[in-house]
Amino acid sequence: MSQQAADRSLVALIADEDSTTGLLLAGIGNVDEKGEKNFKIVDNKTPVSEIEETFNHFTNERKDIAILLINQHIAEKIRPIVDRYTQAFPALLEIPSKDHPYDPAKDSVLKRVQKLFGE
Amino acid sequence: MSGKGQREAIFPTRMALGNTKTRLKGAQTGHSLLKRKADALTKRFRIITAKIDEAKRKMGRIMQLASFSLAEVQYATGDISYIVQESVKSATFRVRAKQENVSGVFLPAFEPVVTEKGGSAEFSLTGLSRGGQQVAKARETYTKALQTLVELASLQTAFVILDEVIRMTNRRVNAIEHVIIPRLENTIAYIISELDEMDREEFFRLKKVQAKKKAKSEAADLERKAKQEEEDRKAQGGDSEATALQGGEGKSGDILSGGKDEDVIF
Repeated sequence: MSQQAADRSLVALIADEDSTTGLLLAGIGNVDEKGEKNFKIVDNKTPVSEIEETFNHFTNERKDIAILLINQHIAEKIRPIVDRYTQAFPALLEIPSKDHPYDPAKDSVLKRVQKLFGE
Repeated sequence: MSGKGQREAIFPTRMALGNTKTRLKGAQTGHSLLKRKADALTKRFRIITAKIDEAKRKMGRIMQLASFSLAEVQYATGDISYIVQESVKSATFRVRAKQENVSGVFLPAFEPVVTEKGGSAEFSLTGLSRGGQQVAKARETYTKALQTLVELASLQTAFVILDEVIRMTNRRVNAIEHVIIPRLENTIAYIISELDEMDREEFFRLKKVQAKKKAKSEAADLERKAKQEEEDRKAQGGDSEATALQGGEGKSGDILSGGKDEDVIF
């Protein structure tokens, strides 16, 4: 597990355009030699299958991602996959977007927290 | 005998008893150690869950602020998303994983690492004509927000790992408590009962041998007494001895013939 964590350093992103712009401004964006980006912009027209594919790509195939940020309303679209995701690396984090305020009740981790405390 | 419950398939000997007792002791020590470990982890787990709950709520507010600053940028500069997306080259905001050891479990903690070399240069031309200040401000807000996110992510990773480890530890504790220790106890009871049984058998056998020996020695005593008496009589006189011998011969002849007859009949 420690070995896994050592070479992971990037923050990946699956988000709408505004969140992406903001976070890219902060400097998380990375394009490697193959021209592969570590962020994915999703809008209303993006098909769910494409989101799933990107999610799987970021979580399973790429070994340099430490944290995966995903907009909550996008996570909602692929909720079954997100809920099934239990790996420690990369850490999955649901973030609010501009148009969709944050709802703690939907978060997969918070759901588990609440389940543990029996609330 | 302790036929109930599981026991190990071993031969009931004193050595096996000693070995099993040592193992039972080991299992008990292991059980108490694991229990303590599980307690320590659970304590840590509760702290982390409380922190996560708080941080998640805080994140909502911070991201809202960040979005607002981005809206300011868009108002001042127009749409910069395309420029920003296209000018991405290499990440200046990275994370580094540190490790923390909680009773034998390595919990990773992410630490934001901002390399400044290209950080400001990368988007330096963004908003050059107007709104440069807003862009700088937005970048700052987002960097701060990201730091919160990274903190939250490390909390969450710790949560996931701890959850798994606690479950594993509890499983082990329960396995030792409900399977291994009863089985060892059963084995010990079985060995003890078997050994006792063997003791009783041995005792009975000894008794038997003793009884047999006693009977034998009594018979030998009687014979010796008879011999002694005979010798005494011999010593007393030759006459009486002769008559006695004759009488004896006649009698023994009678008995012999009688015995033979009976044998033939049967």
